[in-house]
Amino acid sequence: MANKLSLITKGFFKENPTFVLVLGMCPTLATTTSAMNGLEMGLATMFVLILSNIVISLIAPVVPDKVHIPVYIVVIATFVTLLELLMKAYTPDVYKTLGLFIPLIVVNCIILGRAEAFASKNGVLDSALDGIGIGLGFTMSLTVIGIVREILGSGAVFGWKFMPGDGALAFVMAPGAFLVLGYLLVLFNKIAKKN
Amino acid sequence: MVLCLFAVCLVCAAVLGGVYVLTEEPIKAAAEAEARAAIAKVLPEGGEISEELSSDAEGILAYYVQNNGDAVSAYAVKSVTGGFGGPPSIMVGVLPDGSVFNTSVLSHSETPGLGAKCTEDKFLSQWKGYKGTFTVGKDGDVDAITASTITSRAYAKAVKQAVDMVLSLGGEQHSDAVSGASLNKKEE
Repeated sequence: MANKLSLITKGFFKENPTFVLVLGMCPTLATTTSAMNGLEMGLATMFVLILSNIVISLIAPVVPDKVHIPVYIVVIATFVTLLELLMKAYTPDVYKTLGLFIPLIVVNCIILGRAEAFASKNGVLDSALDGIGIGLGFTMSLTVIGIVREILGSGAVFGWKFMPGDGALAFVMAPGAFLVLGYLLVLFNKIAKKN
Repeated sequence: MVLCLFAVCLVCAAVLGGVYVLTEEPIKAAAEAEARAAIAKVLPEGGEISEELSSDAEGILAYYVQNNGDAVSAYAVKSVTGGFGGPPSIMVGVLPDGSVFNTSVLSHSETPGLGAKCTEDKFLSQWKGYKGTFTVGKDGDVDAITASTITSRAYAKAVKQAVDMVLSLGGEQHSDAVSGASLNKKEE
């Protein structure tokens, strides 16, 4: 049981996709302009990650080695498109803010990375838990980056403004994304090393 | 090998096709509800809204006429123009005298946190009852969104297109009740 639990918790610290594995930087940098955007992107990615992990762990034994990458990509792309259609139909408001970045989940290397490194070698349950763990870790990281950027860049948290004016706009733009990510990476690894 | 890839693609295509069919209606309904909500937001209350009408004017996707009794009381115009991230489409409520009643964003692909602020009240409120030169920035009468001048200009252009289209229609559909309604608006 402890083993199963560690599959979930490792995503937060030991194998945190953003701050330790440093995977999936494209959506990380692009969508974390606010805490809410980061959270929604993290959840969307987690949805795809869990489902693709499950399916890939099921089909991995029968997929020939030579075509495993194309097969995985097709599976992942299917889930992303599915997510896009469902969001358009049932949560048009969320789709409006994230729409541009949803298709980008296909090329998120966390998802292909987990498929290659974990789901293709492990059972269905373990792969699903791995998806939940890594997904939660990714969601947490994106939300934290989003919170920091929103506070510095817009003077607000989750859309709630506590400061008048615009804040340091650079933090909402690309340079701020790199700055915040860099400093959080250092901070995270300092804390992780101490423990 | 080939067979495996083929089978996977086949299954995926089938799943996607199924979901597409299932979500087609809700997506359309959501878009329709959104359009109706946007029309209600940009027009004065009351009156009957017509079916979607099409126009040849540049950048005008469609427009709706609001009738109050026999008179035309306002127009809702769906206008599109090039933004920073892609063409944003907006709904503009225009009174027959060419003044803007209100505007609302239908869809856009502007940068979240920057150009996407065009959906916030701070930017949108200045369009309520707007009548001016549609110039953005220091010399103009439209306040731009900070660091998103391109988005702001695109927005102003889209509104102008809508107003121009309504003015070009104006000649055909004039009535006294209409000018009365627009006078009230100006006093605000």
